[in-house]
Amino acid sequence: MTLPRRPGLLLAVLTVLALAVCVLMPDVVAPHPPDAIDPAAILRPPGAGHLFGTDQLGRDLFSRVVHSARAALLVAVGAIALSLAGGAVVGLASGFAGGWLDGLFMRAADVLLTFPPLLLALGVVAVLGSSATNVAVAVGFANLAPFARLVRAQVLHLRGRPYVHAATLSGVSPPAILFRHIVPNAAEPVVVVALVSLGAAMLASSSLSFLGFGPRPPATDWGTLAAAGRDYLGSAWWLTTFPSLAVVVTVLAATTFARALRKGRS
Amino acid sequence: MTGNPAGSSESSTPSHHGPSEPPPTRLPSRSGEFASSAPEPLLSVRGLSVRYSGRTGAVLALDGANLVVRRGETVAVVGASGSGKSTLARAVVGLLPPSASVLEGEIVFGGQSLLGLPDRDLRAIRGRGIAVIPADPAASLNPVVPIGVQVAETLRVHGLARGRAAGRAAVDLLRTAGLPEPEVIARCHPHQLSGGMRQRALIAIALAGRPELIIADEPTSALDVTVQARILDHLSALSRRSGTAVVLITHDLGVAADRAGRIVVLDEGRTVEDGPAAAVVTRPRDSRTRALLAGAAGPAPARPRPVHRGEPLVVAENLTKVFTGPHRRAVVAVDGVGFTIARGETLALVGESAAGKSTVARLVVRSLVPDGGGRILFDGQDIAAVRKAELRRFRRRVQLIFQDPRTCLDPRFCAADLIEEPLRAFGLGEKPARHARVATLADLVALPRSLLARRPGELSSGECQRVAIARALAPGPDLLVCDEPASSLDVRTQAQVLGLLTGLQDELGLSCLFIAHDLAVARRIAHRVVVLRHGRIIEEGAAAEIFRSPTDPYTRTLLAAIPGSGRRPSLK
Repeated sequence: MTLPRRPGLLLAVLTVLALAVCVLMPDVVAPHPPDAIDPAAILRPPGAGHLFGTDQLGRDLFSRVVHSARAALLVAVGAIALSLAGGAVVGLASGFAGGWLDGLFMRAADVLLTFPPLLLALGVVAVLGSSATNVAVAVGFANLAPFARLVRAQVLHLRGRPYVHAATLSGVSPPAILFRHIVPNAAEPVVVVALVSLGAAMLASSSLSFLGFGPRPPATDWGTLAAAGRDYLGSAWWLTTFPSLAVVVTVLAATTFARALRKGRS
Repeated sequence: MTGNPAGSSESSTPSHHGPSEPPPTRLPSRSGEFASSAPEPLLSVRGLSVRYSGRTGAVLALDGANLVVRRGETVAVVGASGSGKSTLARAVVGLLPPSASVLEGEIVFGGQSLLGLPDRDLRAIRGRGIAVIPADPAASLNPVVPIGVQVAETLRVHGLARGRAAGRAAVDLLRTAGLPEPEVIARCHPHQLSGGMRQRALIAIALAGRPELIIADEPTSALDVTVQARILDHLSALSRRSGTAVVLITHDLGVAADRAGRIVVLDEGRTVEDGPAAAVVTRPRDSRTRALLAGAAGPAPARPRPVHRGEPLVVAENLTKVFTGPHRRAVVAVDGVGFTIARGETLALVGESAAGKSTVARLVVRSLVPDGGGRILFDGQDIAAVRKAELRRFRRRVQLIFQDPRTCLDPRFCAADLIEEPLRAFGLGEKPARHARVATLADLVALPRSLLARRPGELSSGECQRVAIARALAPGPDLLVCDEPASSLDVRTQAQVLGLLTGLQDELGLSCLFIAHDLAVARRIAHRVVVLRHGRIIEEGAAAEIFRSPTDPYTRTLLAAIPGSGRRPSLK
């Protein structure tokens, strides 16, 4: 394979693998339970005993970051899955049916696109109330319009392809054309874009958590961890730095991975 | 070819490159058509081997190819697709893609070796010493820059003119290239010009640097036959007047025979034949040249008329179709066309682009419905009126074969699934029966069964067209509508596909509506011919009749424009 010749991609793959381990079995990776209070070790800087240092209650930050990975990733993946599913339904209906339905859906998409996605997500989560699920719904909804547009464009492009015309003349019914010829051929670029958006969704959901719309304590994700450390920014820099770094590294890994996939396609 | 010395004294003939190859034809010029007095050829390519390496392995595109061009001479390089013609052209101008590597050989132009020359020196030669006319006029002009500026660019980069003078010189060049109203054209953008006009603009660009050699890479294969003939006439005249040598790269031996003094035949990267055009065409030495000659649509006998049984299968009356074009202008694609197709008969619809041929094809398969007043009766039934179950029955009985087999097959399906799809859609047989039928169909179109698991991307164009034909035959149609099914294939494959279609038709008793822009192809396959122009029928009659005594002047122009009609001697 070409992996060894591309250190960036190799690093991304390793990061994804490490994240997978953190998500699946955090207890194996984390040296301490995430909520074990140690009054003897309050606000310790990063060092031998505590890789990322400890917080104001003496909890091991590394263990807390590892245990938050599942929540952070679930929210991001859930959000993207939501915008992908919603966007696919709207885009397919819009592109295949055309007419007034297309006009209605696309004008709605235009309205959504006029708002900055984060602002839109903020509005949605403010209405729904704060919880991890609602953050995912809010971010997913905020990113729905670009997916709907992309899927619709793919459908319109593929509908004009001679092989779709050929299938019609071969007696294939419209639903069969949609699901046998159009959806599989449209899927590839859409999935790549979904992976690229994963990073953005992660950032957006962490931002919402940071602003206090995320999971309620004691549940945590990387955004709430960073927010909790905000009060100690002057004295304990590690409390905000490491959770934020986790977000940065994950976003970088996801985009690198997606870019490699996209290149591999062309 | 490493051991071959490149002595200038013997460089007027291409060298012999392998013991197994036939001896190179060393024929003295009898008519003085090309001078052999000049000791130094303008361009000499000797023993050139080029390899492309990719993920799937390496391909030897050129394997010791030779080409010699003297000053002022026109040489045609002929070969089927994949023979290495375009690689040869790119190697000469030093524009091989990064995946290509020159293994051995030499390229000498005007006494200077081009291989290994730094890019800066090569740039000075490109455009000034050697100019290229590319194959696709649509893709070779910058869409956002006016034509005049693009012509002037060549003048500027070579320091031949600047400022206003460059603009005026560009207009003169456009006039020389045969464009009417060059002042207007110079201000136009490429999309405002027709294909033929764009090709002339590219010729003007090629002429701008007053090159000693023009390499024309299939310069007219994207154009209509009559336009093609005019452009090639003009190019020949220009090269005669200015003494520019021309390398004409083409897959069509007819074009080569008409235009070139000398023909070089390439096959699998080797020069297999090299001699005066007339000699190569009349007395080909190599079997591969003979194969190319046989492939070119030659004087094949017109097909006999089939016996008519009862009512015609298709009756089209007064077909009219108007589209709404740009700026809401009405474009009349088809204007009062009527014809009949008897059972077992092939009717060819011939015309240049925009004649309305494809619109008629789409009307007959009911992708479109004719405007008021026109109707198509299929087996006595008006097809505009059929609905639901009747429409499905109609779809089963009428199948379309597309122009480009690559785009009409879903790239994600394997050949077997593609052939099976109509069987499944029409509910013809259970799974095992369908699979058996797919195998039979593959045999029928001579597609090796081992290829059935492959996807279109892993098949050649000819194989793809066989898959498309098998797919069209699958539901057992009565009428095949073929929309230029061979025009995107190279000559050899074209001959095979046309042979296959005629054979199948005789075997299965199909009726066929055959769309073609090429009268030579129509003659080979059709019983009757309808000539269309601007959406109207110009001439109609039995194929043999039209070829023997065309009544309309337009038909005569079309006939005269068939490449090779001027010089091709009879082969038998």
